[in-house]
Amino acid sequence: MSPCSICKSYSMEEVIARMQDEKNGIPIRTVKSFLTKIPSVFSGSEIVQWLIKNLDIEDPVEALHLGTLMAAHGYFFPISDHVLTLKDDGTFYRFQSLCLSPSAVYLCKRTMQNKARLELADYEAESLARLQRAFARKWEFIFMQAEAQAKVDKKRDKIERKILDSQERAFWDVHRPVPGCVNTTEVDIKKSSRMKNPHKTRKSVYGLQNDIRTHSPTHTPAPEAKQPTEEELQHQITFWQLQLDRHRLKMSKVAESLVGYTEQYFEYDPFLTPPDPSNPWISDDTTLWELEASKEPGQQRVKRWAFGIDEVLKDPVGREQFLKFLESEFSSENLRFWLAVQEVKKRPIREVPTRVQEIWQEFLAPGAPSAINVDSKSYGKTTQNIKDPGRYAFEDAQEHIYKLMKSDSYSRFIRSSAYQELLQAKKKKSKNLF
Amino acid sequence: MRSPLSPEMATQEVPLNETLAHLKTESETLKLKLEEERAKLHDVELHQVAEKVEGLGQFVMKTRRTLKGHGNKVLCMDWCKDKRRIVSSSQDGKVIVWDAFTTNKEHAVTMPCTWVMACAYAPSGCAVACGGLDNKCSVYPLSLDKNENLAAKKKSVAMHTNYLSACSFTNSDMQILTSSGDGTCALWDVESGQLLQSFHGHAADVLCLDLAPSETGNTFVSGGCDKKANVWDMRSGQCIQSFETHESDINSVRYYPSGDAFASGSDDATCRLYDLRADREVAIYSKESIIFGVSSVDFSLSGRLLFGGYNDYTINVWDVLKGTRVSILFGHENRVSTLRVSPDGTAFCTGSWDHTLRIWA
Repeated sequence: MSPCSICKSYSMEEVIARMQDEKNGIPIRTVKSFLTKIPSVFSGSEIVQWLIKNLDIEDPVEALHLGTLMAAHGYFFPISDHVLTLKDDGTFYRFQSLCLSPSAVYLCKRTMQNKARLELADYEAESLARLQRAFARKWEFIFMQAEAQAKVDKKRDKIERKILDSQERAFWDVHRPVPGCVNTTEVDIKKSSRMKNPHKTRKSVYGLQNDIRTHSPTHTPAPEAKQPTEEELQHQITFWQLQLDRHRLKMSKVAESLVGYTEQYFEYDPFLTPPDPSNPWISDDTTLWELEASKEPGQQRVKRWAFGIDEVLKDPVGREQFLKFLESEFSSENLRFWLAVQEVKKRPIREVPTRVQEIWQEFLAPGAPSAINVDSKSYGKTTQNIKDPGRYAFEDAQEHIYKLMKSDSYSRFIRSSAYQELLQAKKKKSKNLF
Repeated sequence: MRSPLSPEMATQEVPLNETLAHLKTESETLKLKLEEERAKLHDVELHQVAEKVEGLGQFVMKTRRTLKGHGNKVLCMDWCKDKRRIVSSSQDGKVIVWDAFTTNKEHAVTMPCTWVMACAYAPSGCAVACGGLDNKCSVYPLSLDKNENLAAKKKSVAMHTNYLSACSFTNSDMQILTSSGDGTCALWDVESGQLLQSFHGHAADVLCLDLAPSETGNTFVSGGCDKKANVWDMRSGQCIQSFETHESDINSVRYYPSGDAFASGSDDATCRLYDLRADREVAIYSKESIIFGVSSVDFSLSGRLLFGGYNDYTINVWDVLKGTRVSILFGHENRVSTLRVSPDGTAFCTGSWDHTLRIWA
């Protein structure tokens, strides 16, 4: 079963346009009620069924949730309720006038403001064009509606008036929601501030009024990127050239590696393998955390140290055991150096020069008490670096030592009886329990 | 190269435009060539290789704790290394530290600005950092004395020229990494407030960042409104890898636990997986019925599950290897704005515009 490929129809407007399609959309009809006609409606169940069928939804609960969001945003509304939710029954709904839908409201207002000089920013023009494409023939209708809004109430026939009134009421239900209902016109300030203060250079006169708060709830149009300078282009070219020289792995190799990693850690993932004794959040019992905090590591934890040197280095108990083992062999200077360099990178910048000197004296200076062996290239570089000591003074030396530890000390540790004992320890214990 | 000034300015402009056009073409040609090279190694899809992996069963994930106390939209949260405490920040300027296990509030501080979009817990558990519309990142040491006024000890660390979108301590209480609406990321020394390194390269607001989990690495990834995800070398300040396949803002980036890949969540309603060794996008997580943007993503401990918080109030759980959705979680009554898995992977926490935080397991 292959995963769904990316569907182009991710924006709300496009889904709504599909729902309103004459051929494949939801059938809209006039319902005859006692003494009156209810024009231009469809039922909640019809919406749910349409969503399930057309958006490949398996669970009606999901369809109901999505439909409710569409109602909350004001794309269609229950004709007899101020609370904008979707019910999977015979309740009647009506489409919002395209002109009063969230993004159309904004764009229509903008259009009307600058009718003479239609100076929209590029991305606005793009949005306008997109909406126009989506709504094709209905665009004329939208424009008419927009003008109707601005003008004083025209004489309309009763049915049309009924529809318009309900749409206008629904509009306000979205913008001034009933207490307890979500105000879907609220925007993320990170996105809205970009729309008000367009990035860098702009060509158009863009005097947005403060009261325009709405934009597409699902898709913020991209800001216009400024034109790059010569320097920036040179920089880009250098970057692309470097990227081209990069060594890449084949997908098959990478995929095997990803699969291998997740398989290896499957038993450590509490969402996949319930932790022993229990997940504290589910059982309300913190034993798991107490065991982890104790100095005695469990078998599963010890087993993990064998996955790679990083596992030993990132587990404080693992580090301790590794150090203890190396000290027993009188070969701990590499690890101590590595740990000291990690420490110095964590210090405030003020302390760095002193610490760097201390490390140099202890590990690298001629006659150092814990002399480590680094290759001559790294040694030369480090000697230069400590003249103007920064946090990365020992970077080359540390990298060399890390590789050495990985291939030498670490493998010895994992093969050592000390490690094997730790691995067996818990096993024996649990055997005794049974 | 610019020619010296001469009376005929009109003729001088032509070579300059030509140079720019020429450079632009060169840059675009190289970019296309790179895409070709990347595509050459695309011999198989991840989900095809994953066919041999056993399918995941049904999940029973529920809200195990609900944290109520914020008076407005929750915008950000972070876990403490002790696996149970969290810090959260909201639109009304409140930053709260909770013991999520007991749901007790332990500390609260009111920032002088609204929209506190970023907050982070220090590795020691003794401080929190936060910021937002004030364009700064401030550090508050957490006192054991609950009566002490936290605001008094506040330390201003980072200064940007636009809103702070994200912040993270490195593996030390002494350095903070920040991202901002000013299009840059920066590394700061907490004690002195000194700028240690700045990262330029995004063409628009940077919305998110994540530090690589390696013990030895000095890299991090950032995502922005320019639809790009950039990987940076913290030491040199250089962008070392860049990915541009999303169709809209990247709201969240998170490393895969091994550090060899990272996931992103975007306003284009998709999550994507990028592998650093293959140097390309290797999976897309999307569905026709998901039309709202992803605000935040995080992996389960093994990297098998990807949790996504969406603007349609739901959480979608994805099988990273097979590319399918394994679960959809309802519960929040407004957008999910932030999502993080706990340090030991036993739960994940979501924060929402519905003013609450929920712990799921």
